[in-house]
Amino acid sequence: MHDTRAFKVFRGVVIAVLAAFTILPLYVMITSSMKPLQDVSGAFSWWPSHITFSPFVDMWTTVPLASYFVNSVIVSTSATLVSLVVAIFAAYAVSRYRFRGRTAFTTTVLSTQMFPGVLFLLPLFIIFVNLDQHFGIQLVGTRIGLIITYLTFSLPFSIWMLSGYFDGIPRELDEAARVDGCSPIGALLRVVLPAARPGVIAVAIYGFMTAWGEVLFASVMTTDVNRTLAVGLQQYSTQTNVYWNEIMAASLVVSVPVVIGFLALQRYFVAGLTAGAVK
Amino acid sequence: MAQTIDSQKRQIRASSEASPRKRRRSGWWLPYVLLIPAVLLELLIHIVPMLTGIWMSFLQLTKFFISNWSAAPFTGLKNYRVAVDFNGAVGRGLLNSFYVTCRYTVLVVGISWLLGMAAAVVLQRSFRGRAAIRTLFLVPYALPAYTGIITWNFMLQRDKGVVNHLLVNDLGLMHTRPFWLIGSNAFISLVVVAIWRLWPFAFLMLMAGLQSIPTDVYEASAIDGAHAWRQWRSITLPMLRPVNLVLLLVMFLWVFNDFKTPYVLFGTSQPAAGDLISFHIYNATFLTWNFGSGSAMSVLLLLFLLLVTSTYLLVTNRRRSSDA
Repeated sequence: MHDTRAFKVFRGVVIAVLAAFTILPLYVMITSSMKPLQDVSGAFSWWPSHITFSPFVDMWTTVPLASYFVNSVIVSTSATLVSLVVAIFAAYAVSRYRFRGRTAFTTTVLSTQMFPGVLFLLPLFIIFVNLDQHFGIQLVGTRIGLIITYLTFSLPFSIWMLSGYFDGIPRELDEAARVDGCSPIGALLRVVLPAARPGVIAVAIYGFMTAWGEVLFASVMTTDVNRTLAVGLQQYSTQTNVYWNEIMAASLVVSVPVVIGFLALQRYFVAGLTAGAVK
Repeated sequence: MAQTIDSQKRQIRASSEASPRKRRRSGWWLPYVLLIPAVLLELLIHIVPMLTGIWMSFLQLTKFFISNWSAAPFTGLKNYRVAVDFNGAVGRGLLNSFYVTCRYTVLVVGISWLLGMAAAVVLQRSFRGRAAIRTLFLVPYALPAYTGIITWNFMLQRDKGVVNHLLVNDLGLMHTRPFWLIGSNAFISLVVVAIWRLWPFAFLMLMAGLQSIPTDVYEASAIDGAHAWRQWRSITLPMLRPVNLVLLLVMFLWVFNDFKTPYVLFGTSQPAAGDLISFHIYNATFLTWNFGSGSAMSVLLLLFLLLVTSTYLLVTNRRRSSDA
């Protein structure tokens, strides 16, 4: 069957409008990162007066970008890995066993997703400050504090998505492994997990993106020592005198790895979403 | 050994049945052990802080008690009374912020859903360049939120930004350059930026949902003479109902709690027109360091969200069961 003319016109219009809306900021980010400072200090111009790559060099000294970068990489990677392991075990239990408290667990975990972040932020900050005060455990201003906080953010959604994924893997696979002498954990690690690789990848991407872009908790829990990219760049960009070309260059550099990773693995992500949503 | 394997097999088979069996089998503890790390972390970061937050909302937890909060005096409902006293400054600020957030949520969720739906439908059937366009549309979602918003901040600058350049110089739609980040225009900016970030998520979910609709349904209806609009009304929309139910709820909760967009766009100079509720509570708390009052406002926000969510689930479930 073929599309009618009216549909084709509609399709053209929708794509054109949405593409323009989507591209404009990306265009501004990319071209401005290659502009000399005087181009971004005055009126906007669509094209650099001359193309320069010095913003990509200078940005490392204008703000302590390297330090932000290291903090963000360590925090996001650790949070993602730990959250992934925790979510895999929890999702396996939810998907393969019917036990007392199962519904209570899934409902509670999922409903924490709807709670406003500020509701956790204020008490968590107070708890962290008091832990430091009374027991000398420093969590505010350290990477550990951020890692612990971030890994729970992606946890509910990861468990939900993964258990949906595990549900789609036939139980006969586990049973066969168990007949061959695998323990339940062995069956999970050797059989179920490899079969669920797309779901695991999707969850890992989601966890990393969540941690990499988090702003609310980072704005309170970080000091100069453990500041992440999100807050570091945000604070610089809202000052009065901003080197916009360098900010755009820095934004581009911190975005490219995440965007490429997401786009390369997007089909796993869609598959993971469908597995969770169809359930 | 053979016996345990056998019993475990039985257990697996039993677990695939809906009704749980009461009798304890060997290995009944395994799911609990698997859940321990998740439960501990949830307790540590979500449940305990939430309960602490509710407790804090009854305390006079001002800056003098931050590092020793057990000494803060109990004040009962005083924090709540101040928060909902709409004649006082605190209550009026909260109410205004609530209105702004409601308008913001309706606009952002509604328009994002429309755009996502339009894009998903248009890209449903394959044509040349479809994969490239789909990838392009997903970029704003994949981009770390703050880099997108920082770029918009630059674009919305009055004298240096592309938006005024486009509106005033290129298209000639306006004669003077408006301010977009202060005053009442800040609300428009906030909505546009939020839609730019959110609509690809609606697109992604709806696209995933459309994949589960078999194509022969469309072919059959085309033979019956149904046009695109008719097909969308009577096939696509009903078939996407389960996805839409989840999608709208998730988007509502995200947008209503949105903190990133106003925080990254405005920084510390928050305009009243863009004073979303999470941002409002955050600023009110860290400006005065009155955590008791901030917690009370957060609890009120939570109660509102609980009310909306449970009503939503009740209504949609009832409709579903009356359909059946």
